Amino acid sequence: MSSKEKTWKEISIAGVPPKSSIGFMTGDWKTYMPVRDLEKCTTCLTCVMFCPEGAIKWRPEMGKIEFDFSFCKGCGICANECPTKAITMKLPEE
Amino acid sequence: MTTQEWKFNAKDIANKPDLFLSGHRACAGCGPAAMMRLIMKATRGPTIVTQATGCMEIVGSIYPYSSWALPWLHTAFENAAANASGIDAAVKALRKKGKIKQEHIDIIALAGDGGTYDIGLQALSGAVERGHDFLFILYDNEGYMNTGIQRSSSTPLGAATTTTPAGSVNPGKLEKKKPITEIMLAHEMEYVATATPYYWKDMLTKVRKGLEVEGPAFLHIFAPCPRGWRSEPAKTMEYSKLSVESCVFPIWEAVNGKRTLSTPSKLIALAPQKKKPVKSYLEGQGRFRHLFTPQNMHLVDEIQRATDEKWAKLLQKCEQA
Repeated sequence: MSSKEKTWKEISIAGVPPKSSIGFMTGDWKTYMPVRDLEKCTTCLTCVMFCPEGAIKWRPEMGKIEFDFSFCKGCGICANECPTKAITMKLPEE
Repeated sequence: MTTQEWKFNAKDIANKPDLFLSGHRACAGCGPAAMMRLIMKATRGPTIVTQATGCMEIVGSIYPYSSWALPWLHTAFENAAANASGIDAAVKALRKKGKIKQEHIDIIALAGDGGTYDIGLQALSGAVERGHDFLFILYDNEGYMNTGIQRSSSTPLGAATTTTPAGSVNPGKLEKKKPITEIMLAHEMEYVATATPYYWKDMLTKVRKGLEVEGPAFLHIFAPCPRGWRSEPAKTMEYSKLSVESCVFPIWEAVNGKRTLSTPSKLIALAPQKKKPVKSYLEGQGRFRHLFTPQNMHLVDEIQRATDEKWAKLLQKCEQA
């Protein structure tokens, strides 16, 4: 938060949080990151459904699933639930 | 309730923009956050959300950020339902004055198990009695997780929390979980249902049904919390699935008091050999770790017995209706 921002005492009563949380990257929380094997992926969208962060996006125009690592917290739900085991959790160095 | 059923597939849901946005500060592998994102995709038009204090309220509204892409009101712990009644009254008044043209405005009140089972119960009961048109969604993670994992009346028997620690004197919580849906059913509501995010199709259908009801509706969603349950973040959805498969949390819906099991639970009722032992659900959760020691093993049997008894009772209730 920059110093120019109003503090809670200065905002109006029943104030509105002025910014969308899309501006707050939670991607740097992760230790492991999901790596997808495109050959095994059947685009069943299970990972898209279960991602708590909304970091796995379905792009209908390309017919592709895209991972947004700026929000992924590396929980591993996608790897655990993938029916074809196309996702594995790896350290970024690997 | 309308007779026309809402039909959708995974692509329809994936194509819908998120209303609970990325960038919220929930723990990695948060069950309630996954559920929140999904249920917001079942809304059908203009929707107002009011939320009691709880994990999901905190993580989505840390100043100056908000994770909500729709009108959202925060309220104190005890009055999510009272707030929803106020919104409903305001919508009605504005409509009378001709200031609202929309056919329907949906109101969703969200609260955790603390804000429903304990603190918010009287406001909820009152709002239901007055017959306000809103959907109350309870996300149940079985404890006060955001304040440091204290027990709530939703915490199950034998679970260790910071206020019911497991040790040489007590084996975790000594009391049973409060049967909240039975309490809500006793209010003679038009729609009461239970759901869990692993069966997301079922969950979304129930949210939509609850919104379509003219009058109050109650939805109990079981959402695993890896932090409070001391389980693997990656296994959140697995526990959500196991809770249904072991009949710890059967899923059903009751329309005008007529109770029917939903498909995943119905399959277990039809083929009882598919029912998993509660041990498979308890294992791996750190809050139940102490149960697997010789002096506490009897508690696992006790939990199994209580679960079987509850399941048998539920089957009876579903048949009778």
